[in-house]
Amino acid sequence: MSGPRLLRVVCYSVLSAVFAAGLFAEVITHYSYASQFREVPNAAPSAMHLLGTDSLGRDLFTRVVYGTRVSLLLAPAAALLATAIAGILGGIAGLRGGWTERTILAFADLSLALPLLFVLVALRALLPLDVSPILSVIATFLTLGLLGWPSSLRVVWAAARRLRESDHFLFATALGYSKTRLLLRQVIPNLRPILFALFWISIPLFVLTEATLSMLGLGVMEPLPSWGNLLRGCEDFSAMAANPWRLVPLFVLIVTVICFQYILPTSGESA
Amino acid sequence: MRQRSWRFCLLLFSLCFVLLGRTQTPSGGELHFCLHGEPKTFNPILVDDEASENVRYLTGGVLIRVNRQTQTLEPSLAESWKVSNDGRKITFHLRKSLQFSDGTPFTSEDVAYTMRLLMDPQTHSATGDAFRSGEGSVNVQTPSADVAVVTFPAPLAGLERLFDQVAILSAKSPKKEMSVLGPYYVSEYKAGSYILLRRNPNYWKRDAQGNRLPYIETVRLDIQRNRDIELMRFRRGELQLINRLDAEQFDRLQKDNAAAARNAGVGLDAEEMWFNQVPSSPLSDYKKKWFQTADFRRALSMSINRADLARIVYFGYATPAYGPVSPSNHFWFNSSLTVPKYDPQGALALLARAGFHFDNGTLKDSAGNRVEFTLITNSGNTAREKMATMIQQDLAQIGVNLKLVMLDFPSLIERITRTFDYDACLLGLVNTDLDPNGQMTVWLSSGEDHQWNPNQKSPATPWEAEIDQLMREQAALANEQLRKAKFDRVQQIVAEQQPFIYLVNKNALSAVSADVTGAAPVALNPQAFWNIDTLRLGAAGQLGANK
Repeated sequence: MSGPRLLRVVCYSVLSAVFAAGLFAEVITHYSYASQFREVPNAAPSAMHLLGTDSLGRDLFTRVVYGTRVSLLLAPAAALLATAIAGILGGIAGLRGGWTERTILAFADLSLALPLLFVLVALRALLPLDVSPILSVIATFLTLGLLGWPSSLRVVWAAARRLRESDHFLFATALGYSKTRLLLRQVIPNLRPILFALFWISIPLFVLTEATLSMLGLGVMEPLPSWGNLLRGCEDFSAMAANPWRLVPLFVLIVTVICFQYILPTSGESA
Repeated sequence: MRQRSWRFCLLLFSLCFVLLGRTQTPSGGELHFCLHGEPKTFNPILVDDEASENVRYLTGGVLIRVNRQTQTLEPSLAESWKVSNDGRKITFHLRKSLQFSDGTPFTSEDVAYTMRLLMDPQTHSATGDAFRSGEGSVNVQTPSADVAVVTFPAPLAGLERLFDQVAILSAKSPKKEMSVLGPYYVSEYKAGSYILLRRNPNYWKRDAQGNRLPYIETVRLDIQRNRDIELMRFRRGELQLINRLDAEQFDRLQKDNAAAARNAGVGLDAEEMWFNQVPSSPLSDYKKKWFQTADFRRALSMSINRADLARIVYFGYATPAYGPVSPSNHFWFNSSLTVPKYDPQGALALLARAGFHFDNGTLKDSAGNRVEFTLITNSGNTAREKMATMIQQDLAQIGVNLKLVMLDFPSLIERITRTFDYDACLLGLVNTDLDPNGQMTVWLSSGEDHQWNPNQKSPATPWEAEIDQLMREQAALANEQLRKAKFDRVQQIVAEQQPFIYLVNKNALSAVSADVTGAAPVALNPQAFWNIDTLRLGAAGQLGANK
């Protein structure tokens, strides 16, 4: 097995393990992510608490596991939504051209010009207050998905435009292929590697955006854990020196993001 | 001839030595600490933010000063004063031959000028608002250069204390508000970066040995919002003071450098939560009914473990709070109030009395509605977020489903002051005034800071009507003991009705470097440098200044 291939297998294994941990959280830990053991706040790792406890005495291992579920299930969903929007709009713009292309690109540029974080903060403030934490987190990721497509759209548009101007596409058109056949035989197979890459790139991006929102106190609501709000425990570096086990969520996030990057097909493989 | 010349040299040397000894300050050097925001103004009349207030304290000369340690009044620019029996007039006898920092003489005309400016409605002075006792204008007479008589249209309780906030401006100085009577004057200012204060050569105060105060030559105030960077710089020796340290930072400093960590005990500031009782709010009727039921509020208050909040969120540097006045406010604190216990079972009994029932781990009202509501607080405040999460678990024990929502501050203010679209809110109250008159807008039902139901046309409940009456009565009395009796009753009503559920009083925490001598941080603002004019710097401070 070649080096890059072996590395990719390792990355797939790590990601599978992380996903499995999130999915089967109830099996892995018997604590509730919300239970506060108030007699032992900021406790060091022990047999009772594998990664110690946070500042409110909650079991950190349990929170990392449940946080993985929230971040790694919803971030791909948001990435899928953003990639789908970018794929549809970018594909239409690139293939049709003319005023449709200009309108979609203008809309995408306008959306790119909006400061994403402020839009998210404003939208979050507009949500009804009495939504449950689960709905709140779904709304957060849905918003991320709905707002995260413009940069991907430009990539898809450029590829679709190249495709429209390519000889084989002209040849297929000249042969009188129907629109459905063109879409199925020409467009989707040619755009698939790009959409695939955009999807994988978006996942860590959305995980990090949720982390940023949580750092501002606007992401996933307490007591539900996510990688984002777990990273808030790492805000103070000097406190980290005394409690290094609190860096575990950051470590898991870094490893996951690296794994996502390595499982992407290389340019040679795409071709 | 040679002998005479030698004697002359000796005489000259002795003279120089004596002169140097008299003029040289015992400390000198540069004291370095941070403001946590950009001061909005250097005009002491217009101050309404903490940074400007700190600059005003360091530069402004006042007629009467509240001693932050003893909480008593001390003569400052006024040698003495007398309040008339009807509480409407105050006569100041000013110190003679004083000068502003630029050499302009200080007279009673300056007091008259300052008061006119302060009370001018066009000035929009928050400090001036505290002096508005009734309809009519404030009259200032200056029978001589060292006597000023200020007459108010109606009696004003605690009148003398209010002058602690009034820095006297010069009526004649071309430098206007930059000419000051306090220990320091503003020498340099670079927006967003720093303010350099230089020792006022004309400051009136001297120490017991006759040396002119202040001892420290310059004070450099860096504008630094990030508290972690501030602590890091303190640890590196770049700063010598930190005011208002948060509990977590203080705890870490205490472990690293116990001598520098100064705990002045329980402070004036409180953290509290309240329920939305605004009748016109968009809440459902059953929620309004819960929130307007005193037993519901009392029961929820009883089920919050305040001792845990103080221990875990504030690392023990806070005290459970049960009333509107902190125990550190020696005179106004009502020590006879019964301290309620953390008692979830008692809370359930109280709720049962109010028609609620606890069933299968869930609390329901008499109509079968599950008791669940949302608590909002401002995002980014870690201590409040932690408190809210702990309250969530405490209330879950009595079957209440509490949802937490952190909002950015403008959105939160919009909800609690305009739309009233919220169930309950957790925020802090910063108290700078010891006197209850400073909280008039909180306690009067017509007040805009009467958070649970602000700006009422007439009191919504009998107990709010009683508070209105007591607050107005105490404000019109000159006798402090009678005022205290009335305000004690206000505190008792608040403890019974729980419109605010007080959670903790935070300790006044600061950091003072070993370079600084004479520092004695207190609970009142400005905690660590209230005695700035008598602080001294050791060798390290002087070295820092030379660098």
